[in-house]
Amino acid sequence: MKFPSAVRLLVVLWCASLAVFAQNLTSFEKRVTTKVLPNGLTIIICQRHDAPVFSYFTIVDAGSANDPGGESGLAHMFEHLAFKGTKDIGTTNYAAEKVALDKVEQAYAAYDAESLKRVGRDPAKLKQLHAAFQQAVSEAQKYVIPNQFTEIAEENGAVGLNAETSLDATQYYWSMPSNRLQLWAYMESDRIANPVPREFYKERDVVMEERRMRVDSSPIGRMVEQFLAAAYMAHPYRRPGVGWSSELEHITATEAEAFHKKYYVPSDIVIAVVGDVDPAEAMPVLEKYFGAIPAGPQPEPMTTIEPPQTAEKSVIIKEPTQPFYIEGYHKPDYRDPDDAVYDAIGDILSNGRTSRLYRSLVRDQQIAVEAEGFSGFPGVKYPGLFAFFAVPAPGHTPQEMQAAIHKEIDKLKTTDVTDDELAMFKTRARADILRGLADNQGLAEQLAIYQLRYGDWRELFNQLRKIDAVTKADIHRVANKIFVPTNRTYAMVEFQPPQQTQQTKGGAR
Amino acid sequence: MPTLRKNSAIAFFLVLLCIPSAFAQTEQAQPWKQIPIPPLHPFHPQQPKRIKLPNGIVILLQEDHELPFINGFIEMRGGSRDQDASKAGMVGLYGDTWRTSGTATHNGDQLDDLLEARAAKVETGGDTDSTSLSWSCLTKDEDFVFSIVIDLLEHPAFREDKLQLAKQQAAAAIVRRNDDAEGIAAREATRLVYGPNSPYGRQPELATIKAVTVDDLKRWHDRTVVGSNIIIGVSGDFNSDAMEKTLRDAFSSLPKGEPVPPLKEDFSGPKPGVYYVDKSDVNQSNIYIVGLGTERSNPDFFALSVMNEIFSGGFGSRLFQTVRTKLGLAYAVGGGYGAGYDHPGMFRVVAGTKSPSTIQATQAMFVEIRDLKSKPFTEDELRRAKDEVLNSFIFNYDTKDKVLAEAAKLEFYGYPADFLEKYRDSVEKVTVADVERVAQKYIEPSKLAVLIVGNEKEFGAPLTSLNMGTPHAVDITIPGLPPQGQDQPGNPEGEQ
Repeated sequence: MKFPSAVRLLVVLWCASLAVFAQNLTSFEKRVTTKVLPNGLTIIICQRHDAPVFSYFTIVDAGSANDPGGESGLAHMFEHLAFKGTKDIGTTNYAAEKVALDKVEQAYAAYDAESLKRVGRDPAKLKQLHAAFQQAVSEAQKYVIPNQFTEIAEENGAVGLNAETSLDATQYYWSMPSNRLQLWAYMESDRIANPVPREFYKERDVVMEERRMRVDSSPIGRMVEQFLAAAYMAHPYRRPGVGWSSELEHITATEAEAFHKKYYVPSDIVIAVVGDVDPAEAMPVLEKYFGAIPAGPQPEPMTTIEPPQTAEKSVIIKEPTQPFYIEGYHKPDYRDPDDAVYDAIGDILSNGRTSRLYRSLVRDQQIAVEAEGFSGFPGVKYPGLFAFFAVPAPGHTPQEMQAAIHKEIDKLKTTDVTDDELAMFKTRARADILRGLADNQGLAEQLAIYQLRYGDWRELFNQLRKIDAVTKADIHRVANKIFVPTNRTYAMVEFQPPQQTQQTKGGAR
Repeated sequence: MPTLRKNSAIAFFLVLLCIPSAFAQTEQAQPWKQIPIPPLHPFHPQQPKRIKLPNGIVILLQEDHELPFINGFIEMRGGSRDQDASKAGMVGLYGDTWRTSGTATHNGDQLDDLLEARAAKVETGGDTDSTSLSWSCLTKDEDFVFSIVIDLLEHPAFREDKLQLAKQQAAAAIVRRNDDAEGIAAREATRLVYGPNSPYGRQPELATIKAVTVDDLKRWHDRTVVGSNIIIGVSGDFNSDAMEKTLRDAFSSLPKGEPVPPLKEDFSGPKPGVYYVDKSDVNQSNIYIVGLGTERSNPDFFALSVMNEIFSGGFGSRLFQTVRTKLGLAYAVGGGYGAGYDHPGMFRVVAGTKSPSTIQATQAMFVEIRDLKSKPFTEDELRRAKDEVLNSFIFNYDTKDKVLAEAAKLEFYGYPADFLEKYRDSVEKVTVADVERVAQKYIEPSKLAVLIVGNEKEFGAPLTSLNMGTPHAVDITIPGLPPQGQDQPGNPEGEQ
């Protein structure tokens, strides 16, 4: 560091920003109201009256890691269904539609069973069963008002309407003018309580397209799928969230309904609302709608724990795309006492142009155009990976990325990080939390996630204590603990000209 | 800027209207229609304070004391569309090198240390029609961070080593640009519409970035960083009077200079036909149907916006309902009749579908395009489209930062300050007849080009079955790409 006064200056700034922070936190706490309803569902309201709008974030503590064996892609498939309406919305006559939908399931089950027969499959019968299935679908379609659920939302001014399924959780969100709060509460509670799997098999085709887009037709998507499948042998983090094609192709509406019944229980759901909302007025309204969702038993916790890795694993992909490198080391889940230490390592290695990987691989050696390390991939709820990736500069190879990353890791293991680096991490973590308070949607997301993961949204701020407590010795200790070759999996894409007829798309070696 | 008094009354009226209209045939209870929608709280978005300095600089100040941060931007007119064709990519290199080189006092690496220690950012960038210098910091660091901003504006260093670093990054992007099928489709579609060598179609190549020198960057800086070419916006935790004084003191000495003139070019749109890029490692086709769009200053812009909403504006739109919901042919589907601020936008209809349904999906997209002219728009479609636009209108200005950004954009392109308000009022007045009229006037299927990026041998049916003449292969070869791989000096992708 070329500025001897910088450290002293930092200490002064540090105290100043602590005061600013405490002040903001106290005023912030007054704006938040939390209530756990009798059915177990948690509601958080945070007042922000700048403009007559609100944003919400619903998080369900079930994600693709909860997909049953042989049904990968189910959690994500259900998320798509949650936009297809309810017993009231999206139908001209639910009673009649229900009868028709049951027939669709029977017809599909018969067709699916025949198509999967190993011995004695009858092509004529299969054709006939497929026709019967399609006939049943057309019958059910007569009652559908397509996309009515989303249309009601959009006509009423919803923006940013979307949902995501991660391996850890499923989340739904949008923003709306604040005079539509009651309408939203009705809609959101209705789709949590009464989703109807209409148009299921066409939506499954849509999800297959999503898979082709995100994975099959994307070099990085393909590589990440291979990488995770190699890094995990037991835990469901090894499976792609969108599902394996062969399993996705056979998912049924019946299975999706079973997933919903088991995992969408109110005690596993947190909903945060941020914006122009008065809790005294709004909470009774939200209680009325969300309190009506029937309680259910907690699903059994996952028992699978990834066994310790005992040997380095690798995936070498040779194909006509530009080279890429990724590696990962198993680490504990987010509840680990060292969680903030991993964040510190990620920040010091990767955050911006002062980071070690940028300065070493990008700026000084000029072998990469991008290089980062980060904690919690592909998830945080269960033990994930501390992962590194690097994008080689033209003419440079994945092997050079690997060697350069390992050199930086070795430095962490042998030499303490500097005071400046550690202070920078803490200052930036603090500022990032403050910056996040300015955006209704982002804040709703943070409040809901922290409430779900820690049982108290205040942990969003309390984590600063853990961040403050990180020492150089912690970083040294943790780096030596996890960054060892037997705990490592790496994947690389090596360029191979397209003319070759036999292409190896990948595989562990 | 609009207030919401009027808007909420209208919203209320529309809600009353929709009770009997939507699905009168249904036997289903519709409980949501009984839910009251109270008037929206009155809302008067805070307008930024506008100051014009004698040297032409326009300053917009937006006080916001919620959090202890200050954010600012300095925008200069002129961007990649204004650079020499033989040095395509220069503005991008300028945007990178300006900041990483630092100033005469502190080099870029020293700035990184100084700023990151305060969780502050100062960044520079180059775009199609502008370059920018922006900052973000805690209130207590404003004086220090702003002094860096001014130093960077007045005494940029533009160092050779940092230009080389930026060139390497740019070269990596060029070399990698054919790996991503979606990226190829978006890029080549733009080139079809505006012409591959036009200011909007040309792209950086290895040779054009190699040609850029430090002197080019300095010349660009001296030309664009002049008073009459600059708009400044600052938002956050400050006192406007004090900030005004700071900015006047800092910027009044800048020479007035000449603004970068608006780029006036005539575009005739794509040469109609079918174009394709064969990519063997994908199982999904990216389909782009494209033509020329319009400008926002066009009086028909408002009716076209409503047409867009009906055509492709969300889950309930015609395109989404058909291609995704009814046919299950795509996950990503969208588009619309685009409108630029100072040049025609693109008319784009886009979908990604599995290779074997390429022809079917393309045809389904064309049916929807043709239906804009032949399938009458209904009052119900109009009502829904207007509801979607008007009821969500507040999200154009629900934060002080958005209000500032919008004001700066209108200032930048010379649009009236009340354009957003006019937009809302004009959309309210659009009728079915208006939408019919603009659809007839602007939608011309025979003038459109189709671009497909996909795995041709898996299409199932030949591209000629689209009945749009002989398909043209688009050459996406990267000029000047060196042989690759240490022991396999074969041809890189694209040179097949």
